Amino acid sequence: MNINMTLIGQIITFGVFVWFCMKFVWPHLLSAMQEREKKIADGLDAANRAERDLELAKQEAGDKLREAKEKAAEIIEQANKRANQIVDEAKENARAEGQRLVAAAQAEVEQEANRAKEALRKQVSELAVAGAAKILGKSVDASAHSELLDKLAEEL
Amino acid sequence: MAGNSQEYISHHLTNLTYGKLPAGYVRHHTDEQGHTHAEELSEATWTMAHSGEEAAAMGFSAVHVDSLGWSIGLGGLIMLLFWRMAKKASSGVPTGMLNFVEMIVEFIDNTVKESFHGRSALVAPLALTIFTWVFMMNFMDLIPVDVLPTLFGALGVHYMKVVPSTDVNVTLGMALFVFALMIFYSIKIKGITGFVAELTLHPFHAKNPLVQAIFVPVNFFLEIVALIAKPISLGLRLFGNMYAGEMIFILIALMFSAGIALGLMAGVLQWAWAVFHILVITLQAFIFMMLTIVYLSMAHEDH
Repeated sequence: MNINMTLIGQIITFGVFVWFCMKFVWPHLLSAMQEREKKIADGLDAANRAERDLELAKQEAGDKLREAKEKAAEIIEQANKRANQIVDEAKENARAEGQRLVAAAQAEVEQEANRAKEALRKQVSELAVAGAAKILGKSVDASAHSELLDKLAEEL
Repeated sequence: MAGNSQEYISHHLTNLTYGKLPAGYVRHHTDEQGHTHAEELSEATWTMAHSGEEAAAMGFSAVHVDSLGWSIGLGGLIMLLFWRMAKKASSGVPTGMLNFVEMIVEFIDNTVKESFHGRSALVAPLALTIFTWVFMMNFMDLIPVDVLPTLFGALGVHYMKVVPSTDVNVTLGMALFVFALMIFYSIKIKGITGFVAELTLHPFHAKNPLVQAIFVPVNFFLEIVALIAKPISLGLRLFGNMYAGEMIFILIALMFSAGIALGLMAGVLQWAWAVFHILVITLQAFIFMMLTIVYLSMAHEDH
């Protein structure tokens, strides 16, 4: 157990090693480790963010899909309504046209009947004039008695 | 046998010493025929010590070449490893040895953060140096005690103590360096007055200036003893543990030459003691580091 200059030598050596460690070893290792730690934390963060983004995108996609479905349903409903309307309109038109045709036909029939009556009336008045002429023995001047004949024809 | 054992043990406990023999010292040489010659030195001579007595006669002007050599070699080795790993380190994926080195660095960093409450760029690298270096020095204890001395004996080197931490110079040297740092930081943080006040105003304190004046020398005595005890206990604890461990290994090694039965038993004992020692060397390295951190933390604390 001799105390000698080994003691001094060891102190100097210790000092040199500590200086070396402090200068060239510790800061490099620690900064590299801290940098890596930060990198990993950032990576995990990014992954979390991406996951959240995906979730949001999925939700948005779902919303859009539902909206589209709703719109499609609405459009189909509108189309149905419009079709019904068109059919109703068409029915209405057809009915109106039918009525119009019927009315026209009736009017024609009436007109025809009136015309026939007129002709009949005229013939009756002629017959009456002819009958009267025969009875009277002479001809009746049609123009002279036309007023009378017309009145007669109207009365018939 | 008894003489042989004593020789064996003391041979194992003698350092390879280079130093200055004083003028008038009588050296004893033994030649090949076994004759002893006495030679008186006419002037002080720097030389290798040929025996424990010569080494003791050299006094302070001597160096334990083996302790210092192994200590510098092992420290250099571990520093080289850490330096190479520090150059390799990046924020990318760590591989192989770098993982191991980073594990140690992280462990030291956490320990320092837990125990040291100041801010210092020195303490963590200091702790790393102490832990790894002391561990390496202690680790030499696990190499069977005769391997390296025999190897060096074949090369003509007669004394070789391979465990630097069994040399009190080495452990006390480190403790004194720590002590110097404690004093330096105490004065740097608290100022010279703060440091003196810490030494003289505790543990006894009085409001009355006269009573306080009486307390000052008492306090100073108590505090200075406590202060000096720190590096002494720090250095001697490591030395004592490693020296005792080494001693047991040497005693076990003695049994190898005492017949087959004792030799086999020695093998088992050596194995068991070595396994136990794996714990001891790590623990002692950790304790040395931990106490250094705590002492420096105390030096940084302002009351």
